[in-house]
Amino acid sequence: MAKITAGVGSSHVPLLGVAVDQGKWQDDYFGPIFKGYEWTREWEKETKPDVVILVYNDHASAFDANIIPTFAIGCGEHYKSADEGWGPRPVPDVEGHADLAWHIAQSLILEDFDMTIINEMDVDHGLTVPLSMMFGQPEKWPVKVVPLAVNVVTYPVPSGNRCWALGEAIARAVESFPEDLNVQIWGTGGMSHQLQGPRAGLLNREWDNKFLDMLESDNDDVRHIPHIEYLRETGSEGIEMVMWLIMRGALGKKVKRLNRHYHIPCSNTAIGHIVLEPAD
Amino acid sequence: MSEKPTQNIHEYLAEFEDIPGTRVYTAARARKGYWINQFAMSLMKPENRERFKANERAYLDEWKISEEAKEALLARDYNRLLDLGGNVYFLSKLFSSDGLPFAEAVSTMTDMTWPEYRQMMLDGGRKPEGNRSIKGGY
Repeated sequence: MAKITAGVGSSHVPLLGVAVDQGKWQDDYFGPIFKGYEWTREWEKETKPDVVILVYNDHASAFDANIIPTFAIGCGEHYKSADEGWGPRPVPDVEGHADLAWHIAQSLILEDFDMTIINEMDVDHGLTVPLSMMFGQPEKWPVKVVPLAVNVVTYPVPSGNRCWALGEAIARAVESFPEDLNVQIWGTGGMSHQLQGPRAGLLNREWDNKFLDMLESDNDDVRHIPHIEYLRETGSEGIEMVMWLIMRGALGKKVKRLNRHYHIPCSNTAIGHIVLEPAD
Repeated sequence: MSEKPTQNIHEYLAEFEDIPGTRVYTAARARKGYWINQFAMSLMKPENRERFKANERAYLDEWKISEEAKEALLARDYNRLLDLGGNVYFLSKLFSSDGLPFAEAVSTMTDMTWPEYRQMMLDGGRKPEGNRSIKGGY
């Protein structure tokens, strides 16, 4: 039987990809950020997940303004790194797990989540930066990936409540997959940041840390934070944090925190990550 | 089932107008800026970037974009483009075509120079105090 054994929430700032690709990860600017991920990189080596369900958002790479799926699941065999205007990141192709992905997609649809299915797409920094942060620069990624793309760009984006419920349904779907698989779920994006308008550059250390506290908690208050609160408190792009709730919802009521790190700044953004294990 | 009542869409959208210095990318903005964003998206292809760089005006004339928006694109007036329905993830294709780092392009939308903006970020970023609500002033 497949099982979700852990969840990771993590920022996916594109500049971190640049730092890895250009070998700058030990300099004064990036050093403290990468040091914060050291424990998690070692932990990933030890726990050896077979598959990661990677929740992220496409940044106008695979999807243009034409088609805007709220929740889309990648059911393909492999995905290439997208050209975001600077040429594709020099990272390995991402291998999918089509059997598990299709199983999850079908199960979710039967649970009233009307998923969009994707067979072919390129994946941008939203997906490849977290892989680099957790696994460094291998010749081949050590896991298969089920990409789960969420619209957090065009409003209304899905509510935190809906994201949490989707995570719960994903956990049930994984547990009904017959093959023995060690599955992790990652929620990516955030933390506080605003990339547009005169208010650009807004960061909120206090709110971000309150959000991390809520993720560790046994209650599910975090799912009811309204969009307007993310927008006011964490900047217009801080809304990406709703994607962490898909991860958290998949872990059950109680969790144990294994690692947590927070740093300001990386480019325009507050960087955070948290590693959680189900503890029910 | 959902544990909370469905939010009224009019009230939901009205609150977005109360955030200082921010244009939330609503459906209305997405409709208005559709071709600005699709134009920007086209710059992901190297051959389109070349054609655009060779003659920006001629390339823009191939798109169903208003004169006002074409002028804003030529001037790289990103705040104006946000008002006209541009979205930063799409407009970032223009940043990279210009060879401009993302954060530097973002700084042009503020009242700071790029070095000032970069220093603000190193010092912990823009504070939320006074930047959350126009009406409330908190």
